[in-house]
Amino acid sequence: MNAVGIIFSNIHDQSIPDMTRKRTMASVPFGCRYRLIDFPLSNFVNSNISNVGVITHYNYQSLMDHIGTGKDWDLSRRQGGIKILPPYISAFDNTMANGFYTTRLEALAGILNFITKAKEEYAVLSDCDTICNLDLNEVFRFHQETAADITVVAKKVALLRSLTGKQRIFETDADGRVTDIAEQTSDMTGDHFVFMNIMLLRRDYLQSLVLDAIAHGHKDLFRDSLAKKLKNDRLFVFEHKGFHASINSTADYFSGNMSLLREEVRSDLLTVPGRPIYTKVRNSTPTRYSSDARVSNSLLADGCVIEGTVENSIIFRGVHVSAGCVVRNSILMQDTYCGKNTRLNCVITDKDVFIGDGCDLSGHETRPFYLEKGARI
Amino acid sequence: MKAKKECVAMLLAGGQGSRLKALTQSVAKPAVPFGGKYRIIDFTLSNCINSGIDTVGVLTQYQPLVLNEYVGNGQPWDLDRTYGGVSILPPYQAEDSADWYKGTANAIYQNLRFIERYDPEYVLVLSGDHIYTMDYGRMLTFHRKNDADCTIAVINVPKEDVSRFGILSSDAEGRITKFEEKPKQSDSTTASMGIYIFSRRKLFSYLKADAADPKSENDFGKNIIPAMLAAGERMFAYPFEGYWKDVGTLGSLWEANMDLLDNSKTPIRLSDSNRRIFSRSTVSPPHYVADGAVVKNSILTDGDVIRGKVVNSVLSPDVTVEEGAEVTDSVIMGASVIRSGAIVRYSIIDSHVVIGKNAVIGEDRAAAPDVTLIGAHVEIAEGETVPGGEIRRSKKKEASL
Repeated sequence: MNAVGIIFSNIHDQSIPDMTRKRTMASVPFGCRYRLIDFPLSNFVNSNISNVGVITHYNYQSLMDHIGTGKDWDLSRRQGGIKILPPYISAFDNTMANGFYTTRLEALAGILNFITKAKEEYAVLSDCDTICNLDLNEVFRFHQETAADITVVAKKVALLRSLTGKQRIFETDADGRVTDIAEQTSDMTGDHFVFMNIMLLRRDYLQSLVLDAIAHGHKDLFRDSLAKKLKNDRLFVFEHKGFHASINSTADYFSGNMSLLREEVRSDLLTVPGRPIYTKVRNSTPTRYSSDARVSNSLLADGCVIEGTVENSIIFRGVHVSAGCVVRNSILMQDTYCGKNTRLNCVITDKDVFIGDGCDLSGHETRPFYLEKGARI
Repeated sequence: MKAKKECVAMLLAGGQGSRLKALTQSVAKPAVPFGGKYRIIDFTLSNCINSGIDTVGVLTQYQPLVLNEYVGNGQPWDLDRTYGGVSILPPYQAEDSADWYKGTANAIYQNLRFIERYDPEYVLVLSGDHIYTMDYGRMLTFHRKNDADCTIAVINVPKEDVSRFGILSSDAEGRITKFEEKPKQSDSTTASMGIYIFSRRKLFSYLKADAADPKSENDFGKNIIPAMLAAGERMFAYPFEGYWKDVGTLGSLWEANMDLLDNSKTPIRLSDSNRRIFSRSTVSPPHYVADGAVVKNSILTDGDVIRGKVVNSVLSPDVTVEEGAEVTDSVIMGASVIRSGAIVRYSIIDSHVVIGKNAVIGEDRAAAPDVTLIGAHVEIAEGETVPGGEIRRSKKKEASL
């Protein structure tokens, strides 16, 4: 597919402020061994997109550490490959806002040079908190068949009153052409197309869109720019039927991880033939189970030592579960240490958390108990 | 001009490893999987980079396809360098000759020009079929300190095993006084580990003389070492203490895998960050242990799906153990499937094997004469019984990585 890929690494950081305090949304750990950016990146790579720009804004050290040269995604290339695009700060203008952006459109304006210089005919834009395994070639075929100007990827979701409205909703006609764009409000119920924050368009179209927005002082891509173009330009919805999780809250993060314990989710997301999810290689040892280990319905990464009980949990690389420990319904990130006879229920531990012997910690699945990176108990 | 390299490693990886039977039917011994996510060659390659040696020639001959693909450009071991790094050295055709490698010494002799390119002072000769972690840098210091022509790493072996090794004796300073290749019996139990450091000039002159001798078997243990000793060269034994295992036989390969499960032996500290063993990773999801599964005293890695029972076993990536299946005292290599109700005991299952429903493979370790081996890509039919000690060869000729 002849397209340049653009990833927004900071958008929606505020949805899970605890976890993004010291990292981008893109580098939030997910599913035992991944970071959120692995999903859009793998989708790109698996669809032969090998020129990728990652727009970032702040807190991007962990992101740069994760991506490195891009070789783990085969994106360490002479031509194209992966580029991190931090904000452009001029040495000559003394304005704090210089180069910083608050919306998707401003972010795109900031990397106009990257967009202009790319040689690819098309561009695919993706956020990071959109967890799916998507064949972009299919989206591309759909884009051509419908002669669309922009194809947005969306999932049909039965909206509930309780959901808070941050989601972008598309109304379409029978052919899938977008007739209205709205933000979800509490009175919207029933099936709607919810934007998965992935879109495909011609690169020159994107360029003119951004230039037009700069010229008119637009802030919001959908509200200010695209909503006004629906009559003349062709916006189409590509419906993604497979698994998709977006992360709008800590509870979403929790349930998104836990959904990986379902086989149909794993086969839709992690084990799709020909479309693996790549991540940084850590060279961990395999995971070692002691004679007293009791593990059920859990997903575990390499490099762990399991001496206790683990149930319905997501265990990241290098986690140590000591003898007598009972870990239930929990997400333990990289290098978490659980001391002897400690009991955890609905707990999320960030990286390098140390929990001593005999602790008893519990949260609820709607309000998981979160321990920040490096916490010691 | 490029800076010279102090030491170049030459890794002998061309042997067939026929004692591993069906396991090396279509892959060279160094490429045989080990310890869940490793291949045997990972240990020597990782030792090299952890010892500061960044120029490694890998001499291949027997079934090199998988090994070549696995080593690739050396990136997993940080051996992808613009100058040095890892080079695969197969036998080649020259203007006046075209030969297979006739012996270990001949393999190095045919690649003298590779070594010369880096102008090293020392040449480290390794074999790619041992499991151990070792700092070759210390051995090199020992070699330099003794102003030695050749240093051989040695380890103590049980008296009954001397016939499998090169056995040597040395004086109080460590200078080698006697060397016997695979003697029937010997007073000494000091065995050569097949790890040699030579001063380059000496090595070159002995290799050239050896190549000119039509009666020579062109082997380090049989020819080069005895010739150097007879000529009175300065040869020293470098004592190694630690875990070292020759995995040349099915039994020893099985044992070495099981040693990883025994904490008290702490055979190799795989998790030691200074001595980390690197490997080329498969891209697989985390492993899943289902409700009702039992996993005890075992090693699992990415992509495994366990619904049955796994006890005292080492599993490679992407292995599936279905509900009601039982795996005990076994080594299961990549992407094999154990169907429901099947029982696998005291066995090595090579990669891409399917064990049919309710099949019974091997016997209890106490009762079985030997470890059972199922070759790569073999399909065992539903309900079939494979008796203990049996070896099922693969019918498939080509190998997959």
